[in-house]
Amino acid sequence: MDLLNSPWPWYVAGPLIGLFVPVLLIVVNKMLGISSAFDHLCMMALPTAKKAIFAFKDEENGWKLAFSVGIALGAFIVAQFMSSAPLRFLPEQYHTTEGYVKLFLGGMLVGFGTRYANGCTSGHSIFGLSILQSSSLKATLAFFAGGLLYTGIAFLF
Amino acid sequence: MNKVLYLLFGVAFGIVLTKAEVVSWFRIQDMFQFKELHMYLIIGSAVAVGIVSMQIVRRLKLKSLSGEELKFQGKPFHKGFIIGGMMFGFGWAITGACPGPIFAQIGAGEMPAFFTLAGALSGAFLYHSVKGKLPQ
Repeated sequence: MDLLNSPWPWYVAGPLIGLFVPVLLIVVNKMLGISSAFDHLCMMALPTAKKAIFAFKDEENGWKLAFSVGIALGAFIVAQFMSSAPLRFLPEQYHTTEGYVKLFLGGMLVGFGTRYANGCTSGHSIFGLSILQSSSLKATLAFFAGGLLYTGIAFLF
Repeated sequence: MNKVLYLLFGVAFGIVLTKAEVVSWFRIQDMFQFKELHMYLIIGSAVAVGIVSMQIVRRLKLKSLSGEELKFQGKPFHKGFIIGGMMFGFGWAITGACPGPIFAQIGAGEMPAFFTLAGALSGAFLYHSVKGKLPQ
């Protein structure tokens, strides 16, 4: 198996993702999570008077912006140096004006939903479940209920 | 200094997410249509490793490298975990990206993901503007 160029199987990638939970805690004492970085980016674009509505906890969440920029950089490295074929992660229909609108509206649901649910797949489904937090289990079940419901509706129409 | 460390952790996380293809709309579709187990096995094995390692961390009462108590305060449940959670699920199925993968898609050169990010930032701003009126 060519681990440099081919996609990684679940039994390589899954355990590696899980290891970020204890490693981030022990090395930098941070809880894995990403969606608060949306708040941080929003605040950077807004005038000071508007920043207060976010009630942003810098000590807890301020690191996630650098972490998110790193994720983009990591993906860039994979696309440039660690894949034998060009990477396609979005279908052709999203490379159209109609597709951009759909992505924007879907993105709004991701932004609104993860802030309202106080976490996303990494904060709830990976970190929260790893510390056996019942609220994160409920959030994770809601994520999948929403995704399956949308997929069912899209299938019918 | 710490910022560089956070960035490097992000680079490592981004490489794993991208190589695992969990940042792909196609994989997310196959997950929600039960066409393949890839995503479920990744999340399942990540959580299994997370649970076992956190049990070890707790039993050994490990501290952080700088000697601090480890901080993992809980997130108290409210109705938004269900309502917001389902909204996110819809968005995840539409865009093929949860928050981390939005950044990964952009980094991998999928430029339409900038629209997903712009939407996510607008959604976050909208949430904070109306959160006082939402059921908690």
